[in-house]
Amino acid sequence: MTSVAAAPPRASWVEPPLTLIRRTAALSLVELQKLRHDHTELLTRTVQPLLWLLVFGQIFSRIRAIPTGPVSYLAYLTPGILAQSALFVAIFFGIQIIWDRDAGILTKVMVTPTPRQAIVAAKAFAAGVRGLSPVVVLIPVALLLGVSVTANPFKILAAAVAVMLGAGFFACLSMAIAGLAGTRDRLMGFGQVLTMPLFFASNALYPIEIMPTWLQVVSHVNPLTYLVDALRGLLIGTPAHLTLDFAVLLGATAVGIWVSGALLGRLVR
Amino acid sequence: MTTPAVEITGLVHRFGGVADVSAAVDGLDLTVAAGEVFGLLGPNGAGKTTTLRVVNTLLPVQQGRVTVFGLDVSRHATQVRRLLGYVPQQLSVEGALTGRQNVAWFARLYDVPRRNRAARVDEALAAMDLFDAADRLAGTYSGGMIRRLELAQALVGDPALLVLDEPTVGLDPIARDGVWDRVRAMRAERGMTVLLTTHYMEEADELCDTVALMHRGRLAAAGSPAQLKADLGPDASLEDVFRHHAGIDLAASGKEGIRDVRRSRATARKLG
Repeated sequence: MTSVAAAPPRASWVEPPLTLIRRTAALSLVELQKLRHDHTELLTRTVQPLLWLLVFGQIFSRIRAIPTGPVSYLAYLTPGILAQSALFVAIFFGIQIIWDRDAGILTKVMVTPTPRQAIVAAKAFAAGVRGLSPVVVLIPVALLLGVSVTANPFKILAAAVAVMLGAGFFACLSMAIAGLAGTRDRLMGFGQVLTMPLFFASNALYPIEIMPTWLQVVSHVNPLTYLVDALRGLLIGTPAHLTLDFAVLLGATAVGIWVSGALLGRLVR
Repeated sequence: MTTPAVEITGLVHRFGGVADVSAAVDGLDLTVAAGEVFGLLGPNGAGKTTTLRVVNTLLPVQQGRVTVFGLDVSRHATQVRRLLGYVPQQLSVEGALTGRQNVAWFARLYDVPRRNRAARVDEALAAMDLFDAADRLAGTYSGGMIRRLELAQALVGDPALLVLDEPTVGLDPIARDGVWDRVRAMRAERGMTVLLTTHYMEEADELCDTVALMHRGRLAAAGSPAQLKADLGPDASLEDVFRHHAGIDLAASGKEGIRDVRRSRATARKLG
Protein backbone atom coordinates (compact mmCIF):
# COMPACT_ATOMS: atom_id res chain seq x y z
CA MET A 1 0.00 0.00 0.00
CA THR A 2 1.23 3.48 -0.78
CA SER A 3 2.51 5.41 2.17
CA VAL A 4 3.05 9.13 1.88
CA ALA A 5 4.46 11.46 4.49
CA ALA A 6 2.08 14.21 5.54
CA ALA A 7 4.79 16.85 5.99
CA PRO A 8 5.67 18.59 2.71
CA PRO A 9 9.36 18.46 1.83
CA ARG A 10 11.26 21.71 2.39
CA ALA A 11 12.40 23.28 -0.87
CA SER A 12 15.56 25.38 -1.12
CA TRP A 13 15.34 28.87 -2.61
CA VAL A 14 16.85 27.68 -5.90
CA GLU A 15 14.16 25.03 -6.38
CA PRO A 16 11.32 27.30 -7.70
CA PRO A 17 13.38 28.98 -10.48
CA LEU A 18 14.96 25.64 -11.42
CA THR A 19 11.54 24.01 -11.59
CA LEU A 20 10.27 26.91 -13.72
CA ILE A 21 13.19 26.47 -16.15
CA ARG A 22 12.89 22.66 -16.27
CA ARG A 23 9.15 22.70 -16.86
CA THR A 24 9.40 25.49 -19.45
CA ALA A 25 12.01 23.40 -21.27
CA ALA A 26 9.83 20.27 -21.11
CA LEU A 27 6.78 22.11 -22.45
CA SER A 28 8.82 23.98 -25.08
CA LEU A 29 10.12 20.65 -26.35
CA VAL A 30 6.51 19.52 -26.84
CA GLU A 31 5.79 22.73 -28.79
CA LEU A 32 8.79 22.01 -31.05
CA GLN A 33 7.71 18.39 -31.52
CA LYS A 34 4.25 19.59 -32.56
CA LEU A 35 5.82 21.97 -35.09
CA ARG A 36 8.07 19.20 -36.42
CA HIS A 37 5.10 16.96 -37.11
CA ASP A 38 3.15 19.74 -38.81
CA HIS A 39 5.19 22.64 -40.15
CA THR A 40 2.77 23.90 -42.78
CA GLU A 41 2.04 26.83 -40.46
CA LEU A 42 5.64 28.00 -40.75
CA LEU A 43 5.20 28.29 -44.53
CA THR A 44 1.79 29.96 -44.53
CA ARG A 45 3.03 32.52 -42.01
CA THR A 46 5.45 33.92 -44.57
CA VAL A 47 2.86 34.89 -47.19
CA GLN A 48 1.36 37.98 -45.57
CA PRO A 49 4.65 39.71 -44.65
CA LEU A 50 5.92 39.05 -48.17
CA LEU A 51 2.85 40.80 -49.60
CA TRP A 52 3.40 43.75 -47.28
CA LEU A 53 6.99 44.12 -48.45
CA LEU A 54 6.39 43.44 -52.14
CA VAL A 55 3.15 45.39 -52.60
CA PHE A 56 2.88 48.02 -49.85
CA GLY A 57 6.65 48.53 -49.62
CA GLN A 58 7.28 48.97 -53.32
CA ILE A 59 4.28 51.27 -53.88
CA PHE A 60 5.11 53.52 -50.93
CA SER A 61 8.75 53.61 -52.04
CA ARG A 62 7.60 55.12 -55.33
CA ILE A 63 5.26 57.63 -53.71
CA ARG A 64 8.10 58.85 -51.46
CA ALA A 65 5.47 60.16 -49.03
CA ILE A 66 7.17 59.02 -45.84
CA PRO A 67 10.42 60.71 -44.74
CA THR A 68 12.92 58.00 -43.74
CA GLY A 69 16.19 59.95 -43.77
CA PRO A 70 19.21 58.40 -45.45
CA VAL A 71 17.68 54.90 -45.87
CA SER A 72 15.20 53.86 -48.55
CA TYR A 73 11.59 53.25 -47.55
CA LEU A 74 11.98 49.53 -48.36
CA ALA A 75 14.97 49.31 -46.00
CA TYR A 76 13.03 51.28 -43.39
CA LEU A 77 9.98 49.07 -43.81
CA THR A 78 11.68 45.65 -43.73
CA PRO A 79 12.30 45.56 -39.93
CA GLY A 80 8.80 46.98 -39.43
CA ILE A 81 7.27 44.11 -41.39
CA LEU A 82 9.36 41.58 -39.42
CA ALA A 83 8.03 43.05 -36.19
CA GLN A 84 4.50 43.15 -37.60
CA SER A 85 4.66 39.47 -38.55
CA ALA A 86 5.77 38.62 -35.01
CA LEU A 87 2.77 40.58 -33.70
CA PHE A 88 0.33 38.92 -36.09
CA VAL A 89 1.68 35.43 -35.31
CA ALA A 90 1.42 35.94 -31.58
CA ILE A 91 -1.67 38.06 -30.96
CA PHE A 92 -4.08 35.15 -31.48
CA PHE A 93 -1.94 32.67 -29.53
CA GLY A 94 -4.45 32.72 -26.69
CA ILE A 95 -6.70 30.64 -28.95
CA GLN A 96 -4.22 27.78 -28.58
CA ILE A 97 -4.47 27.88 -24.82
CA ILE A 98 -8.29 27.94 -25.04
CA TRP A 99 -8.14 24.99 -27.43
CA ASP A 100 -5.87 23.17 -24.97
CA ARG A 101 -8.41 23.94 -22.25
CA ASP A 102 -11.34 22.72 -24.36
CA ALA A 103 -9.42 19.56 -25.28
CA GLY A 104 -8.66 18.83 -21.60
CA ILE A 105 -4.89 19.08 -22.15
CA LEU A 106 -4.46 22.29 -20.15
CA THR A 107 -6.38 20.79 -17.24
CA LYS A 108 -4.14 17.73 -17.24
CA VAL A 109 -0.94 19.78 -17.33
CA MET A 110 -2.20 22.06 -14.54
CA VAL A 111 -2.71 19.05 -12.27
CA THR A 112 1.01 18.22 -12.59
CA PRO A 113 3.51 20.05 -10.34
CA THR A 114 4.12 22.60 -13.10
CA PRO A 115 4.17 26.36 -12.37
CA ARG A 116 1.50 28.22 -14.36
CA GLN A 117 4.20 30.57 -15.61
CA ALA A 118 6.06 27.66 -17.23
CA ILE A 119 2.95 26.79 -19.26
CA VAL A 120 2.66 30.30 -20.71
CA ALA A 121 6.45 30.71 -21.07
CA ALA A 122 6.53 27.61 -23.29
CA LYS A 123 3.67 28.99 -25.39
CA ALA A 124 5.54 32.31 -25.62
CA PHE A 125 8.60 30.36 -26.80
CA ALA A 126 6.47 28.62 -29.44
CA ALA A 127 5.15 32.00 -30.60
CA GLY A 128 8.75 33.22 -30.81
CA VAL A 129 9.77 30.27 -33.00
CA ARG A 130 6.78 30.86 -35.26
CA GLY A 131 7.60 34.56 -35.31
CA LEU A 132 11.04 33.73 -36.67
CA SER A 133 9.76 31.82 -39.70
CA PRO A 134 8.97 34.96 -41.79
CA VAL A 135 12.52 36.22 -41.13
CA VAL A 136 13.98 33.32 -43.08
CA VAL A 137 12.04 34.30 -46.21
CA LEU A 138 11.73 38.05 -45.77
CA ILE A 139 15.46 38.83 -45.40
CA PRO A 140 16.50 37.15 -48.69
CA VAL A 141 13.60 38.86 -50.50
CA ALA A 142 14.63 42.22 -49.02
CA LEU A 143 18.20 41.59 -50.21
CA LEU A 144 16.89 40.84 -53.71
CA LEU A 145 14.98 44.14 -53.62
CA GLY A 146 18.23 45.95 -52.92
CA VAL A 147 17.89 46.43 -49.16
CA SER A 148 21.26 46.38 -47.43
CA VAL A 149 20.86 44.03 -44.48
CA THR A 150 23.73 43.34 -42.09
CA ALA A 151 25.77 40.17 -42.58
CA ASN A 152 27.05 40.27 -39.00
CA PRO A 153 25.94 36.95 -37.45
CA PHE A 154 25.85 38.41 -33.93
CA LYS A 155 23.54 41.21 -35.02
CA ILE A 156 21.31 38.71 -36.86
CA LEU A 157 21.25 36.53 -33.74
CA ALA A 158 20.38 39.53 -31.58
CA ALA A 159 17.60 40.44 -34.04
CA ALA A 160 16.23 36.89 -33.78
CA VAL A 161 16.23 37.18 -29.98
CA ALA A 162 14.38 40.50 -30.25
CA VAL A 163 11.76 38.92 -32.56
CA MET A 164 11.30 36.02 -30.13
CA LEU A 165 10.92 38.37 -27.17
CA GLY A 166 8.43 40.54 -29.05
CA ALA A 167 6.38 37.56 -30.22
CA GLY A 168 6.62 36.11 -26.71
CA PHE A 169 5.22 39.30 -25.18
CA PHE A 170 2.31 39.52 -27.61
CA ALA A 171 1.55 35.82 -27.07
CA CYS A 172 1.44 36.50 -23.31
CA LEU A 173 -0.85 39.47 -23.91
CA SER A 174 -3.12 37.20 -25.94
CA MET A 175 -3.06 34.48 -23.24
CA ALA A 176 -3.83 37.04 -20.54
CA ILE A 177 -6.84 38.17 -22.58
CA ALA A 178 -7.78 34.49 -23.04
CA GLY A 179 -7.78 34.12 -19.24
CA LEU A 180 -10.19 37.05 -18.97
CA ALA A 181 -12.30 36.36 -22.08
CA GLY A 182 -12.62 32.59 -21.58
CA THR A 183 -13.89 31.76 -25.07
CA ARG A 184 -12.36 31.68 -28.54
CA ASP A 185 -15.01 33.97 -30.00
CA ARG A 186 -14.44 36.69 -27.43
CA LEU A 187 -10.68 36.38 -27.77
CA MET A 188 -10.95 36.74 -31.56
CA GLY A 189 -12.93 39.94 -31.00
CA PHE A 190 -10.33 41.37 -28.62
CA GLY A 191 -7.53 40.29 -30.94
CA GLN A 192 -9.13 42.09 -33.89
CA VAL A 193 -9.60 45.22 -31.77
CA LEU A 194 -5.97 45.20 -30.60
CA THR A 195 -3.95 44.17 -33.64
CA MET A 196 -4.26 47.17 -35.92
CA PRO A 197 -4.04 49.84 -33.17
CA LEU A 198 -0.83 48.17 -31.89
CA PHE A 199 0.53 48.12 -35.44
CA PHE A 200 -0.44 51.66 -36.44
CA ALA A 201 0.56 53.14 -33.07
CA SER A 202 4.15 52.04 -33.63
CA ASN A 203 7.08 53.04 -35.80
CA ALA A 204 6.66 49.99 -38.07
CA LEU A 205 5.40 51.93 -41.11
CA TYR A 206 6.44 55.54 -40.41
CA PRO A 207 8.65 57.51 -38.02
CA ILE A 208 7.19 58.49 -34.65
CA GLU A 209 8.13 62.15 -35.34
CA ILE A 210 5.43 62.54 -38.00
CA MET A 211 2.66 61.19 -35.73
CA PRO A 212 0.23 63.49 -33.89
CA THR A 213 1.35 64.07 -30.30
CA TRP A 214 -1.24 61.79 -28.69
CA LEU A 215 -0.21 58.93 -30.98
CA GLN A 216 3.45 59.54 -30.16
CA VAL A 217 2.59 59.03 -26.47
CA VAL A 218 0.80 55.77 -27.28
CA SER A 219 3.67 54.57 -29.45
CA HIS A 220 6.14 55.12 -26.61
CA VAL A 221 4.26 52.68 -24.37
CA ASN A 222 3.83 50.18 -27.20
CA PRO A 223 6.43 47.34 -27.00
CA LEU A 224 6.16 46.94 -30.79
CA THR A 225 7.93 50.31 -31.17
CA TYR A 226 10.93 49.02 -29.21
CA LEU A 227 11.01 45.81 -31.22
CA VAL A 228 11.04 47.76 -34.49
CA ASP A 229 13.70 50.14 -33.17
CA ALA A 230 15.94 47.23 -32.17
CA LEU A 231 15.46 45.45 -35.51
CA ARG A 232 16.24 48.61 -37.49
CA GLY A 233 19.37 49.25 -35.46
CA LEU A 234 20.59 45.67 -35.76
CA LEU A 235 19.62 44.86 -39.34
CA ILE A 236 19.94 48.08 -41.33
CA GLY A 237 22.15 50.10 -39.02
CA THR A 238 19.89 53.08 -38.25
CA PRO A 239 20.48 54.81 -34.88
CA ALA A 240 18.75 52.77 -32.16
CA HIS A 241 18.48 52.56 -28.38
CA LEU A 242 19.36 48.88 -28.10
CA THR A 243 19.79 48.75 -24.33
CA LEU A 244 16.43 50.41 -23.76
CA ASP A 245 14.81 48.30 -26.50
CA PHE A 246 15.97 45.00 -25.01
CA ALA A 247 15.19 46.14 -21.46
CA VAL A 248 11.60 46.98 -22.49
CA LEU A 249 11.18 43.73 -24.44
CA LEU A 250 12.61 41.61 -21.61
CA GLY A 251 10.62 43.45 -18.95
CA ALA A 252 7.37 43.32 -20.94
CA THR A 253 7.80 39.59 -21.63
CA ALA A 254 8.58 38.83 -17.98
CA VAL A 255 5.54 40.80 -16.79
CA GLY A 256 3.45 39.18 -19.54
CA ILE A 257 4.48 35.68 -18.43
CA TRP A 258 3.72 36.45 -14.79
CA VAL A 259 0.32 38.06 -15.47
CA SER A 260 -0.93 35.53 -18.02
CA GLY A 261 0.28 32.68 -15.75
CA ALA A 262 -1.68 34.19 -12.86
CA LEU A 263 -4.82 34.37 -15.04
CA LEU A 264 -4.48 30.82 -16.36
CA GLY A 265 -6.36 29.26 -13.47
CA ARG A 266 -9.51 31.15 -14.51
CA LEU A 267 -9.64 29.13 -17.72
CA VAL A 268 -10.12 25.79 -15.98
CA ARG A 269 -12.58 26.84 -13.26
CA MET B 1 -3.30 4.82 12.09
CA THR B 2 -2.77 5.05 8.31
CA THR B 3 -3.24 8.52 6.86
CA PRO B 4 -6.30 8.53 4.57
CA ALA B 5 -5.57 9.11 0.89
CA VAL B 6 -8.26 11.79 0.75
CA GLU B 7 -10.17 13.40 3.57
CA ILE B 8 -12.96 15.87 2.78
CA THR B 9 -14.68 17.73 5.60
CA GLY B 10 -17.63 20.10 5.16
CA LEU B 11 -16.79 20.92 1.54
CA VAL B 12 -19.03 23.53 -0.06
CA HIS B 13 -18.43 24.84 -3.58
CA ARG B 14 -20.50 27.40 -5.44
CA PHE B 15 -19.63 28.44 -8.98
CA GLY B 16 -19.22 32.19 -9.01
CA GLY B 17 -18.84 31.99 -5.24
CA VAL B 18 -22.16 33.80 -4.72
CA ALA B 19 -24.01 32.78 -1.57
CA ASP B 20 -27.46 32.65 -3.20
CA VAL B 21 -26.29 30.37 -6.03
CA SER B 22 -27.17 26.76 -5.27
CA ALA B 23 -24.07 24.85 -4.27
CA ALA B 24 -22.50 22.36 -6.70
CA VAL B 25 -21.09 20.63 -3.62
CA ASP B 26 -23.03 21.21 -0.45
CA GLY B 27 -21.42 20.13 2.82
CA LEU B 28 -19.64 16.99 1.67
CA ASP B 29 -17.77 14.72 4.12
CA LEU B 30 -15.77 11.83 2.67
CA THR B 31 -12.80 9.68 3.54
CA VAL B 32 -10.91 7.63 0.96
CA ALA B 33 -8.67 5.03 2.59
CA ALA B 34 -5.16 4.56 1.22
CA GLY B 35 -4.96 1.72 -1.31
CA GLU B 36 -8.66 1.43 -2.13
CA VAL B 37 -10.57 2.04 -5.34
CA PHE B 38 -13.17 4.63 -4.41
CA GLY B 39 -16.01 5.57 -6.73
CA LEU B 40 -18.03 8.78 -6.65
CA LEU B 41 -21.36 7.96 -8.26
CA GLY B 42 -24.25 10.05 -9.33
CA PRO B 43 -25.99 11.69 -12.27
CA ASN B 44 -24.57 14.70 -14.07
CA GLY B 45 -24.80 17.74 -11.85
CA ALA B 46 -24.44 15.65 -8.68
CA GLY B 47 -21.14 17.38 -7.83
CA LYS B 48 -18.77 14.50 -8.58
CA THR B 49 -16.50 16.33 -11.02
CA THR B 50 -16.51 19.48 -8.88
CA THR B 51 -15.38 17.40 -5.89
CA LEU B 52 -12.66 15.80 -7.98
CA ARG B 53 -11.46 19.18 -9.24
CA VAL B 54 -11.16 20.48 -5.70
CA VAL B 55 -9.18 17.37 -4.70
CA ASN B 56 -6.84 17.75 -7.67
CA THR B 57 -6.31 21.49 -6.92
CA LEU B 58 -7.99 22.86 -10.06
CA LEU B 59 -10.71 24.51 -7.99
CA PRO B 60 -10.10 26.39 -4.73
CA VAL B 61 -11.52 25.15 -1.42
CA GLN B 62 -14.17 27.80 -0.75
CA GLN B 63 -15.46 26.26 2.46
CA GLY B 64 -14.41 23.17 4.37
CA ARG B 65 -11.12 21.25 4.33
CA VAL B 66 -9.60 18.80 1.87
CA THR B 67 -6.41 16.82 2.48
CA VAL B 68 -4.53 14.39 0.23
CA PHE B 69 -2.34 12.01 2.25
CA GLY B 70 -2.49 14.55 5.07
CA LEU B 71 -1.51 17.54 2.91
CA ASP B 72 -3.98 20.42 2.87
CA VAL B 73 -4.75 21.10 -0.81
CA SER B 74 -5.23 24.82 -0.12
CA ARG B 75 -1.82 25.28 1.48
CA HIS B 76 0.30 22.65 -0.26
CA ALA B 77 -1.13 22.52 -3.79
CA THR B 78 2.21 21.85 -5.51
CA GLN B 79 3.11 19.02 -3.11
CA VAL B 80 -0.35 17.52 -3.59
CA ARG B 81 0.12 17.62 -7.38
CA ARG B 82 3.31 15.57 -7.02
CA LEU B 83 1.17 12.76 -5.58
CA LEU B 84 -1.49 12.79 -8.30
CA GLY B 85 -2.06 11.17 -11.64
CA TYR B 86 -5.13 12.57 -13.39
CA VAL B 87 -7.23 11.46 -16.33
CA PRO B 88 -9.92 14.02 -17.20
CA GLN B 89 -13.34 13.27 -18.64
CA GLN B 90 -12.43 14.36 -22.16
CA LEU B 91 -10.14 12.34 -24.38
CA SER B 92 -7.17 14.65 -24.21
CA VAL B 93 -3.80 13.85 -25.73
CA GLU B 94 -1.67 15.74 -28.23
CA GLY B 95 -2.71 14.23 -31.55
CA ALA B 96 0.34 15.76 -33.28
CA LEU B 97 2.73 13.81 -31.03
CA THR B 98 3.42 10.08 -30.98
CA GLY B 99 2.20 7.96 -28.09
CA ARG B 100 5.75 7.75 -26.74
CA GLN B 101 6.22 11.54 -26.94
CA ASN B 102 2.93 12.06 -25.12
CA VAL B 103 4.06 9.85 -22.22
CA ALA B 104 7.64 11.22 -22.17
CA TRP B 105 6.17 14.73 -21.89
CA PHE B 106 4.41 13.82 -18.64
CA ALA B 107 7.49 11.95 -17.39
CA ARG B 108 9.36 15.26 -17.64
CA LEU B 109 6.56 17.17 -15.93
CA TYR B 110 6.69 14.67 -13.04
CA ASP B 111 10.51 14.92 -12.78
CA VAL B 112 11.17 11.32 -13.70
CA PRO B 113 15.02 11.27 -13.72
CA ARG B 114 16.57 11.31 -17.18
CA ARG B 115 18.59 8.11 -16.58
CA ASN B 116 15.49 5.95 -16.20
CA ARG B 117 12.95 8.09 -18.07
CA ALA B 118 12.98 6.04 -21.27
CA ALA B 119 12.53 2.80 -19.31
CA ARG B 120 9.65 4.27 -17.29
CA VAL B 121 7.94 5.53 -20.46
CA ASP B 122 8.28 2.10 -22.08
CA GLU B 123 6.99 0.44 -18.91
CA ALA B 124 3.92 2.70 -18.78
CA LEU B 125 3.20 2.14 -22.48
CA ALA B 126 3.63 -1.63 -22.11
CA ALA B 127 1.33 -1.69 -19.07
CA MET B 128 -1.36 -0.09 -21.23
CA ASP B 129 -0.66 -2.49 -24.12
CA LEU B 130 0.46 0.40 -26.33
CA PHE B 131 4.10 -0.50 -26.83
CA ASP B 132 3.66 -1.56 -30.45
CA ALA B 133 1.74 1.62 -31.30
CA ALA B 134 4.07 3.90 -29.32
CA ASP B 135 5.70 5.53 -32.34
CA ARG B 136 2.45 6.29 -34.17
CA LEU B 137 0.88 9.74 -33.93
CA ALA B 138 -1.72 9.74 -31.15
CA GLY B 139 -4.11 11.33 -33.64
CA THR B 140 -4.35 7.94 -35.35
CA TYR B 141 -5.40 6.11 -32.13
CA SER B 142 -8.91 4.83 -31.42
CA GLY B 143 -10.89 6.24 -28.47
CA GLY B 144 -9.97 3.26 -26.28
CA MET B 145 -6.27 3.59 -27.17
CA ILE B 146 -6.34 7.31 -26.36
CA ARG B 147 -7.84 6.55 -22.97
CA ARG B 148 -5.14 3.94 -22.30
CA LEU B 149 -2.51 6.44 -23.44
CA GLU B 150 -3.90 8.91 -20.91
CA LEU B 151 -3.63 6.25 -18.23
CA ALA B 152 0.01 5.74 -19.25
CA GLN B 153 0.58 9.51 -18.95
CA ALA B 154 -0.98 9.50 -15.49
CA LEU B 155 1.01 6.44 -14.38
CA VAL B 156 4.47 7.40 -15.58
CA GLY B 157 4.98 9.64 -12.55
CA ASP B 158 4.14 6.70 -10.25
CA PRO B 159 1.31 8.55 -8.46
CA ALA B 160 0.12 7.71 -4.98
CA LEU B 161 -3.41 8.76 -5.94
CA LEU B 162 -4.84 8.16 -9.40
CA VAL B 163 -7.83 10.39 -10.13
CA LEU B 164 -10.08 9.28 -13.00
CA ASP B 165 -13.00 11.46 -14.06
CA GLU B 166 -15.55 9.32 -15.93
CA PRO B 167 -12.77 7.13 -17.37
CA THR B 168 -14.96 5.16 -19.76
CA VAL B 169 -17.48 7.74 -20.95
CA GLY B 170 -17.78 7.67 -24.73
CA LEU B 171 -16.02 4.31 -25.09
CA ASP B 172 -17.54 1.21 -26.66
CA PRO B 173 -17.99 -1.87 -24.41
CA ILE B 174 -14.76 -3.55 -25.57
CA ALA B 175 -12.68 -0.42 -24.97
CA ARG B 176 -14.44 0.02 -21.62
CA ASP B 177 -13.49 -3.53 -20.60
CA GLY B 178 -9.91 -2.76 -21.62
CA VAL B 179 -9.78 0.29 -19.34
CA TRP B 180 -11.30 -1.64 -16.44
CA ASP B 181 -8.74 -4.44 -16.86
CA ARG B 182 -5.87 -1.94 -16.75
CA VAL B 183 -7.21 -0.11 -13.70
CA ARG B 184 -7.53 -3.43 -11.87
CA ALA B 185 -4.03 -4.51 -12.93
CA MET B 186 -2.47 -1.18 -11.89
CA ARG B 187 -4.10 -1.33 -8.53
CA ALA B 188 -2.94 -4.94 -8.01
CA GLU B 189 0.65 -4.18 -9.11
CA ARG B 190 1.24 -0.82 -7.51
CA GLY B 191 -1.21 -0.68 -4.62
CA MET B 192 -2.09 2.89 -5.45
CA THR B 193 -5.29 4.58 -4.37
CA VAL B 194 -7.79 5.19 -7.16
CA LEU B 195 -10.49 7.85 -6.92
CA LEU B 196 -12.89 7.78 -9.83
CA THR B 197 -16.21 9.28 -10.81
CA THR B 198 -18.74 7.49 -12.92
CA HIS B 199 -22.41 7.42 -13.63
CA TYR B 200 -22.19 3.80 -14.77
CA MET B 201 -23.36 1.64 -11.85
CA GLU B 202 -21.90 -1.43 -13.55
CA GLU B 203 -18.49 0.22 -13.59
CA ALA B 204 -18.70 1.05 -9.89
CA ASP B 205 -19.77 -2.51 -9.10
CA GLU B 206 -16.87 -3.96 -11.11
CA LEU B 207 -14.07 -1.72 -9.94
CA CYS B 208 -14.75 -0.10 -6.59
CA ASP B 209 -14.06 -1.24 -3.03
CA THR B 210 -16.13 1.68 -1.75
CA VAL B 211 -18.68 3.88 -3.46
CA ALA B 212 -20.21 7.20 -2.44
CA LEU B 213 -23.55 8.06 -4.01
CA MET B 214 -23.84 11.80 -4.62
CA HIS B 215 -27.02 13.68 -5.37
CA ARG B 216 -27.38 17.46 -5.68
CA GLY B 217 -23.98 18.09 -4.16
CA ARG B 218 -24.59 15.94 -1.12
CA LEU B 219 -23.65 12.47 -0.01
CA ALA B 220 -26.68 10.20 -0.31
CA ALA B 221 -24.98 6.99 0.86
CA ALA B 222 -21.53 5.41 1.14
CA GLY B 223 -20.13 1.94 1.63
CA SER B 224 -18.97 -1.10 -0.28
CA PRO B 225 -21.20 -1.98 -3.24
CA ALA B 226 -21.97 -5.35 -1.67
CA GLN B 227 -22.89 -3.81 1.68
CA LEU B 228 -25.07 -1.09 0.14
CA LYS B 229 -26.95 -3.66 -1.94
CA ALA B 230 -27.31 -6.10 0.96
CA ASP B 231 -28.68 -3.34 3.20
CA LEU B 232 -31.48 -2.76 0.71
CA GLY B 233 -32.46 -6.34 -0.01
CA PRO B 234 -31.33 -9.66 -1.45
CA ASP B 235 -31.72 -8.80 -5.16
CA ALA B 236 -30.97 -5.08 -5.01
CA SER B 237 -28.65 -3.47 -7.58
CA LEU B 238 -26.61 -0.28 -7.12
CA GLU B 239 -29.21 1.38 -9.33
CA ASP B 240 -31.85 0.41 -6.74
CA VAL B 241 -29.61 1.72 -3.96
CA PHE B 242 -29.26 5.03 -5.73
CA ARG B 243 -33.02 5.25 -6.37
CA HIS B 244 -33.68 4.45 -2.72
CA HIS B 245 -31.35 7.13 -1.34
CA ALA B 246 -31.75 9.89 -3.93
CA GLY B 247 -35.42 9.37 -4.71
CA ILE B 248 -34.78 9.43 -8.48
CA ASP B 249 -33.75 7.01 -11.17
CA LEU B 250 -30.16 7.42 -12.32
CA ALA B 251 -31.31 6.76 -15.89
CA ALA B 252 -33.19 10.08 -15.70
CA SER B 253 -29.82 11.72 -16.30
CA GLY B 254 -29.47 9.88 -19.59
CA LYS B 255 -29.64 13.00 -21.76
CA GLU B 256 -26.77 14.60 -19.85
CA GLY B 257 -24.79 11.38 -20.16
CA ILE B 258 -25.24 11.43 -23.92
CA ARG B 259 -23.98 15.02 -23.99
CA ASP B 260 -20.77 13.88 -22.28
CA VAL B 261 -20.36 11.05 -24.74
CA ARG B 262 -20.80 13.44 -27.65
CA ARG B 263 -18.20 15.83 -26.23
CA SER B 264 -15.64 13.06 -25.83
CA ARG B 265 -16.30 11.72 -29.30
CA ALA B 266 -16.03 15.21 -30.78
CA THR B 267 -12.60 15.56 -29.15
CA ALA B 268 -11.57 12.17 -30.47
CA ARG B 269 -12.61 13.27 -33.98
CA LYS B 270 -10.56 16.47 -33.71
CA LEU B 271 -7.53 14.48 -32.60
CA GLY B 272 -7.91 12.15 -35.54
